Amino acid sequence: MVRVLKLELRGITKRFGSLVANDHIDVVVEPGQIHCLLGENGAGKSTLMNVLYGLYEPSEGEILVNGKAVTFRGPGDAMAAGIGMVHQHFMLVPVFTVAENVALGAETTKAGGFLNLDDTRRKIKEISDKYGFDVDPDALIEDLPVGVQQRVEIIKALVRDAKVLILDEPTAVLTPQDTDELLDIMRQLKSNGTSIVFISHKLREVKEVSDTITVIRRGKVVGTAHPGASTTELASMMVGRAVSLTLDKAPAKPQETTFQVKDVTVIAPTGQHVVDGISFDIARGEILAVAGVQGNGQTELAEAILGLQERCEGSILLDGEELVGRSVKEVLRAGVGFVPEDRTVDGLIGTFSIAENLVLDLYDQPPFAKGISMSPAKILENAKSRIGEFDVRTPSGSLAAGTLSGGNQQKVVMARELSRPLRLFIASQPTRGVDVGSIEFLHKRIVAERDQGTPVMIVSTELDEVIELADRIAVLYKGKLVGIVPAGTGRDVLGLMMAGLPPETAQADAAHAGTARASADTTGGQPARTSTSGAEGGDHD
Amino acid sequence: MSTTATSPVPGKPQPGKPQPDTQGATEKAPVLSAKPVTWKVPVLLTVLGVVAFIFFGVMGPNQTAKFGISSSGDFFQLPAIEVPAFLGGIILSVLMLGLAAYALYLKTRNEPSPGWVPVVFIVLFVAAFLIWVVGGARTPSISLAGLIAGSVTLAVPLVFGSLSGVLCERVGVVNIAIEGQLLGGAFTAAMVATLTKSPFIGLLAAAVAGAVVSMVLAVFSIKYLVNQIIVGVVLNVLVSGLTGFLFSTVMQADKARFNSPGRLPIIDIPVLSSIPVIGPILFKQSVVGYLMYIAVIVVWIGLFKTKWGLRVRAVGEHPQAADTMGIKVNATRFWNVTLGGAVAGIGGSFFTLVAIDSFTKEISGGRGFIALAALIFGRWNPIGAFFAALLFGFADNLQSIVTIIGTPVPSQFMAMLPYLVTVLAVAGLVGRSRPPAASGIPYVKG
Repeated sequence: MVRVLKLELRGITKRFGSLVANDHIDVVVEPGQIHCLLGENGAGKSTLMNVLYGLYEPSEGEILVNGKAVTFRGPGDAMAAGIGMVHQHFMLVPVFTVAENVALGAETTKAGGFLNLDDTRRKIKEISDKYGFDVDPDALIEDLPVGVQQRVEIIKALVRDAKVLILDEPTAVLTPQDTDELLDIMRQLKSNGTSIVFISHKLREVKEVSDTITVIRRGKVVGTAHPGASTTELASMMVGRAVSLTLDKAPAKPQETTFQVKDVTVIAPTGQHVVDGISFDIARGEILAVAGVQGNGQTELAEAILGLQERCEGSILLDGEELVGRSVKEVLRAGVGFVPEDRTVDGLIGTFSIAENLVLDLYDQPPFAKGISMSPAKILENAKSRIGEFDVRTPSGSLAAGTLSGGNQQKVVMARELSRPLRLFIASQPTRGVDVGSIEFLHKRIVAERDQGTPVMIVSTELDEVIELADRIAVLYKGKLVGIVPAGTGRDVLGLMMAGLPPETAQADAAHAGTARASADTTGGQPARTSTSGAEGGDHD
Repeated sequence: MSTTATSPVPGKPQPGKPQPDTQGATEKAPVLSAKPVTWKVPVLLTVLGVVAFIFFGVMGPNQTAKFGISSSGDFFQLPAIEVPAFLGGIILSVLMLGLAAYALYLKTRNEPSPGWVPVVFIVLFVAAFLIWVVGGARTPSISLAGLIAGSVTLAVPLVFGSLSGVLCERVGVVNIAIEGQLLGGAFTAAMVATLTKSPFIGLLAAAVAGAVVSMVLAVFSIKYLVNQIIVGVVLNVLVSGLTGFLFSTVMQADKARFNSPGRLPIIDIPVLSSIPVIGPILFKQSVVGYLMYIAVIVVWIGLFKTKWGLRVRAVGEHPQAADTMGIKVNATRFWNVTLGGAVAGIGGSFFTLVAIDSFTKEISGGRGFIALAALIFGRWNPIGAFFAALLFGFADNLQSIVTIIGTPVPSQFMAMLPYLVTVLAVAGLVGRSRPPAASGIPYVKG
């Protein structure tokens, strides 16, 4: 067995029909290095890795392992060559145990094809002990937290003797604490001689852990960078033009409180209290950001306000008007703008034109409708002005909305929701899967809405976005409100709150850790008490 | 980087402060107690208990029901059970109401009923029903041994059909075409056995025929991504039409040359087959009957204890995960579906080589769909499917026996029994059953 492995991709091109996802990409992964592929969503990083892992066949180019050209017909070949991959969406069978998942495809058997899971359990224990993973081989995957599932994925690769480990956006699903642990694991793996290909668009993590950075934009390698490069530099390479990473936003000037949520509980069809007795309020001219790891009730809370949740108890008042029990249409007409978290599912109708999508909320109102007929001319006219105003990059408003890029689709949704006079604006994951350039624009629009005196509620699982936009931050954990803290609360405090610690404990813990870290590394973390959004702001992606 | 406070290791409790659980997917643990227990089981049991009390108890017949256990040729004789129908009905229905009350009590404490409650309830209900039906008949006496042995016999094609369903659905393909596979197997068995003058070759041919029908399903649903349900339904209609046509044009024209397959012999294992009740069930069967027991055990062991089974189940649950582990998803699917067809084909041969010795139009009579229900009732598990099929076979046999001994209940109502049991079983008592996650979803790479 080869101890180390040098991996080279030469001129890899992958076409899907007329779309070129990878255009003559060259990457060299040296043994024992953490090599980062940095690029925006849709830049072609995942496609490249799927080619490397044998899931896609390259249209052109070759893969070299230790200088020898190889062809991978499937993941089996890639694994045999010492390449392991942890996918962004875990490839684990939820109803199998850890051992069964690890064994799958590389089973040890007794005579007659009978499974020998004891052997697999032993291997899991070995790796688990070596890296301090603390994974029970007999636990069911669906009962495990995401962070542990990810470790199972890493074990899967290591059991197969992976010398190169590909991690595809591994931190997307993790809390900040889990992320720190993962970065530690990556360093540990590296010191044991495993090379890592780290795919990410989060500059902070990339800078922290990488040895080499290759930046990919629109399917092409645009250059390599040193991890010491500044975030602005890296971001500009990634986007292809100078971007400003920090939002210049004036301090909030909150006026009277017009939106109140009192003891709201949402009960899922399973009977689970997915939102559990939450109360908060938002003043006019203020942004409240709701933070939390995905799946802690944020989605349901936002939907409950809009009237999409069937079983919602408590009281939601907008200008003294009760919203609970009203239909979605009534809530929208009451002046609520709503950007759903998944634009392709809930925000747009992909096969409808951009112009039609822009009037989905007002299609039956003048001037877009007269009696039972619609006025296409008015709708197109409206589209023209909105497209200009929101900088939607499209040749025509009559194209199907599904043909737009993620960022432009989001601008269409935002344009529609902001085109009415609003008394409340809610945006869920306003910039998920959106390119950095559009993020800047969308954030500015949200702040502009606030400055017009609208109460704004942002739901985001991206801590950077929360810190960037919020005037106050509400953290949800398992459906409950952990606490509401002012803007400028440190990243580590927020991270601990997202794991369920109440704000006071989180403050104390983070301060302690901050001091401990500061003594080891003076440029490291900031004690929570003194950290400000400005101090943390330099690290945004 | 310090891990003292920023990164608590999940799973290692840290005294003195709330344990930060790292993410949201673990919501299950703390909210499990908040999840309300449904009213389904307590309410269903109560309703059935009251029905039993009124019909089987209060309005019960006054005769004594007699259940024979041994048949005359048995190894040793057991006396027949004689139950006064009225008293038996009252006692059993009171016990049932007791169980219902227990389920209701648990519900008020927000606890789910344990699994044995509905099982015991079903046994009691069936017993009370039997006593009521037999006690009210003109000749209030039946052979329990015969009833059970007949149930197993009627269940044979159902068991094969549902095993076929298990093999297909576990790998992610919905097999609605069980009916067509049974029918194809039955027809081919009759035809080939007659032509070769060997029922055994007929049996093999039935397996091939079932596999061929299944391959059509596999090719269209796996390769061409046609909706699996639609392909299945179309196949059923196609096989029905084709066998019907060949029957009336070929078989009926010359019955002796094309449609007299002869029967597979019943293999009687000496001594063992004379044990009362279980003897005839286990040790006095045709080859197809013995194959059924073997198939159930082999499929169960195969699915849950072998490498093959692990891969099959992975493909049916999460094909992408299987693919990334180097397993050929579509090939696995193709061969499993084909195997499933062969199993159903063998089941089909039962109609023409064991039950009667000729083919008639639509001889499978919708049993492929009952097999589908058995598969669901048996929760996609070969052994569960086996017992579910037995239950349906029992209902089927009961209605024919009860009609013979002359009950006050119109025979049309009795004929509904198997289907009524099917609906109740699948809709009411399955509880939370989870099909393989990828069942019915074609797999496309990327």
